[in-house]
Amino acid sequence: MSTATYAGQQVEVNDEGFFVDPAQWNRQMAIEMATADGIELGDRHWQVIEFMRKEYFEKGTGPTVRVLGKSSGVAVKELYELFPKGPAKMAARIAGIPKPKGCI
Amino acid sequence: MNTPTRAPIEKVSIIISKGSLDGIYPGLIMANGARAEGIEANLFFTFFGLDAVHKKRIDHIKVATVGNPGMHIPTLLGGLPGMSALATHMMNRQMEKLDIPPIGEFIEMIGDTGAGMYACKASVDMFKLSEDDFVPQIQEIITVGEFYDRAAGGQIIFT
Repeated sequence: MSTATYAGQQVEVNDEGFFVDPAQWNRQMAIEMATADGIELGDRHWQVIEFMRKEYFEKGTGPTVRVLGKSSGVAVKELYELFPKGPAKMAARIAGIPKPKGCI
Repeated sequence: MNTPTRAPIEKVSIIISKGSLDGIYPGLIMANGARAEGIEANLFFTFFGLDAVHKKRIDHIKVATVGNPGMHIPTLLGGLPGMSALATHMMNRQMEKLDIPPIGEFIEMIGDTGAGMYACKASVDMFKLSEDDFVPQIQEIITVGEFYDRAAGGQIIFT
């Protein structure tokens, strides 16, 4: 466990950089994390991020790629274009939620 | 705690050589999981593994109830008509509950993740198949040499 500073605030993150407490997250932090990963967040990115957070708060774990593809309004192919380093790894981290636990 | 010197896996090439449900799913799950982690992935289908990408067979993949001690069914019972279909049905239902897609949908999804998917030329020739027999996600029929070429710089996993 360690801390990182985003948008001028200290937040707790795990070894892989995922937020420990998703409530500490805000949009400015997402923009900073995405920029560091070489991504400029557009409407489609936000749609994925907001869907992931909603799922996390409803179900206690982030959605699988399959669920994202079926229910977020962004298909699997586009998901990988938006987040080239993988939706599980990259999108969940930027969305400030723990890494999804599912295998699919 | 991760040691900083541990090099992450950046690329995997997974060979699927069996045509049973339990022979196909592990490779698909590993390839899809790799892509979700941002790892480059190739799938190479050989021998009976070709059934996983064969248009007419993809929706009829079954689990073996004979010669499969993991099923815990006596061999004579496992050989009764309909046993394999029944076991397959039960297993598919359980997997759907776990959000694991049917093989056809899974192959489509893995194609959409940007993974490479190839059929083995020697097997294609042996079974007298052609490109038209395969789902569109199969990009190419390639030789073993071409497979090694595409696998260069990564790990190879045989299933």
